[in-house]
Amino acid sequence: MCLAVPGRILTMSDGDALARKGRVDFGGIVKEVSLAFVPEAQPGDYVLVHVGLAISRVDEAEAQKVFEYLEQIGALARELA
Amino acid sequence: MRFVDEYRDAAAVRGLAKALAAVTTRPWTLMEVCGGQTHAIVRFGLDALLPDGVTLVHGPGCPVCVTPVELIDRALAIAARPDAILCSFGDMLRVPGSEKDLLAVKAEGGDVRVLYSPLDALEIARRSPDRQVVFFAVGFETTAPATAMAVYRAKREGLRNFSLLMSHVLVPPAMQAILRSPGNRVQGFLAAGHVCSVMGFEEYAPIAREHHVPIVVTGFEPLDILEGACMCVKQLEQGRAEVENQYARAVRRAGNVEAQRLMREVFCVVPRKWRGIGEIARSGLGLSEAYREFDAERRFDVASVCAEEDSECRSGDVLRGLLRPPGCPAFGSRCTPERPLGAPMVSSEGACAAYYQYRRVGAPVGS
Amino acid sequence: MSDATVFETTCPVPRVPGARVLLAHGGGGRLTQRLIEDVFLPAFGNPALLARHDGAVLDLPAAAPGSPRLAMSTDSYVVQPLFFPGGDIGRLAVFGTVNDLAMCGARPLWLSAGFILEEGLQLDDLHRVVDSMRAAAQVAGVLLVTGDTKVVDRGKGDGIFLNTAGIGVVEATEPLCPAAVRPGDRILLSGDVGRHGIAILAARESLGFESELESDCAPLSEPVLDLIREGVRVHCLRDLTRGGLGAALVEIAEASRLRLMLDERAVPVRSDVTAACEILGLDPLYVANEGRFVAFVDAEDAERALAILRRHVVSRNACRIGSVGEATDGLVTMQTRLGSTRVVDLPSGEQLPRIC
Repeated sequence: MCLAVPGRILTMSDGDALARKGRVDFGGIVKEVSLAFVPEAQPGDYVLVHVGLAISRVDEAEAQKVFEYLEQIGALARELA
Repeated sequence: MRFVDEYRDAAAVRGLAKALAAVTTRPWTLMEVCGGQTHAIVRFGLDALLPDGVTLVHGPGCPVCVTPVELIDRALAIAARPDAILCSFGDMLRVPGSEKDLLAVKAEGGDVRVLYSPLDALEIARRSPDRQVVFFAVGFETTAPATAMAVYRAKREGLRNFSLLMSHVLVPPAMQAILRSPGNRVQGFLAAGHVCSVMGFEEYAPIAREHHVPIVVTGFEPLDILEGACMCVKQLEQGRAEVENQYARAVRRAGNVEAQRLMREVFCVVPRKWRGIGEIARSGLGLSEAYREFDAERRFDVASVCAEEDSECRSGDVLRGLLRPPGCPAFGSRCTPERPLGAPMVSSEGACAAYYQYRRVGAPVGS
Repeated sequence: MSDATVFETTCPVPRVPGARVLLAHGGGGRLTQRLIEDVFLPAFGNPALLARHDGAVLDLPAAAPGSPRLAMSTDSYVVQPLFFPGGDIGRLAVFGTVNDLAMCGARPLWLSAGFILEEGLQLDDLHRVVDSMRAAAQVAGVLLVTGDTKVVDRGKGDGIFLNTAGIGVVEATEPLCPAAVRPGDRILLSGDVGRHGIAILAARESLGFESELESDCAPLSEPVLDLIREGVRVHCLRDLTRGGLGAALVEIAEASRLRLMLDERAVPVRSDVTAACEILGLDPLYVANEGRFVAFVDAEDAERALAILRRHVVSRNACRIGSVGEATDGLVTMQTRLGSTRVVDLPSGEQLPRIC
């Protein structure tokens, strides 16, 4: 379960929090989703969308960490190879 | 796709596989509890990349698979009614009830509609005021906020022709049940990342402590799964049993507070029967007092529909990680996606279906 | 607090899918295959039909040696919606049958069209479809020479159901069929996959997609006939329709009883098709196409074949996606982008959008 896909918010509607919607771009496919559960999200942010609702914002700084780690261990992996 | 492709990079994946091998000195058994992770592991052949000592077993991570037979039968009963429209996620359509599945009822004339979102069921209800629209609310905590939103709106709009057949299940009680069962071999967990996006991961700390198992919140891409396995094995090697968060780009400790708030208003925790496993206390979501009018089981008086379960299928053992699908005597012969003995062979997230789709008994699989 | 959970490893045995036609029987997967094997072949079995190929190659009775052989094919179209980005039911129906004839190595010449119209269909829509068919027929170089029309009550048809049948003259000198596939053959694909299925899904308003994707619906006879006329040793051709690339390869593997080996990284998929598949939980390998084909060619002719294909707009991105192995297990295996190997099988029926 939990097929949630990351997409970038293009536009957002106004209005009360639970009714907020946005157009989200998933690599070329654009879909309107509910942004009710990500009140802090802004256009340009990436969100994870599951069955038509955004359940989380993607933290881009955290997203990089595994690649920094991989660079660190890159040398280690080569030594053991 | 950004935040997807880079987590499938072959060189990065190999790098993590090497790192995992480097920290593994003893055999360990880890369990993942999410159909999405099962699917990714089998589709990308990730288990072939694990070092010999690390075994990854699949748990009851498919909410479709664990929906009890009587609930399916109740859905079938509702779908067969001329005044009803039964709306469901696609996966549920081929899961067998006692005698047939929703696809068969559709073929017999029942109005069964496949949806992408519970909010679509709401739209159908608005457009068909003369029909009763019932949404088959299946899923873990990841999907519960969407169901909550749908019924919250239905109440606000005064929709009289919308109701929910509730089948939501909760992951932590299932993990507890597995850890407490006799013969349990699971030593560490990869917790379902998107469930934790919603719920956070504070509720796993007592589990980790009580059973002394490390629990790592893990994402769904190959890089995530390998990194999660790496973090879990490191803890095991060091004798630690903590909750860690591999999927930090999508999961915060407290989870999604707005979603949880709505869920608390709309739902209450109830006991739930898990198909192939049995009843687990406080493991499901039902409708709270204020929303009980939207309960389809009450509205349609199908609560008396009960099912007798035969015992041929081994899905219970599969769902508890005690049996790999290819190890089941019926796998690929008496049990195939066209003639399934149980739900895990039908649901696209079911372990049996994943193994059937991406492997075949006897097919040589290179690593 | 004690946990009174009792574990019962039980599961009811479901009944066999009942005695009715299911939507899944039309999906192009295993259930479709079973319907053909269980119902149609036993009733009509004859050598042409039993070749289980896209079209039938026929000899005129009492024909002089060296007489042309004919190819014949038929297809029915029930697509919803009738009009979608990149095409409509009429264009599909013309190119679909043209392409089936091309897959037999034939130059398509004549089509028939049978219309089943639903009472209440707008005449304007019928005009649009027919105009589209005329334009498509012109592009494909075929004549629509005969037809039929019926009307059914409102509610008994989805606007238009359309059948086309076609006849062509076979130009291939060797039979083009799974049985002709040989170990070592190269598997060529004429372009990126998954556009048609996603374009159709995007056009169904219930999904609420905005997309620039258009169906890849197109005629394929020109590149195919060039391969044949320039002496490329083609062993088998198959256009990709329902069930996508995956279904086509599995069927050929099973019919030829040879192992087919694919490289996932070599299969081109547009990024927006990938995105739609991720959202819906679909596998691009099984998504429908309408203007794509695979060709099994002798290894020595593969480079030349690609050069010929790339001269044509419809196959300008032709590429090699795999080869035929020695093993006689009739399996399709695919090396994934991570380097692991998995088996590719037919899906059961409709690829239901995986949500959860």
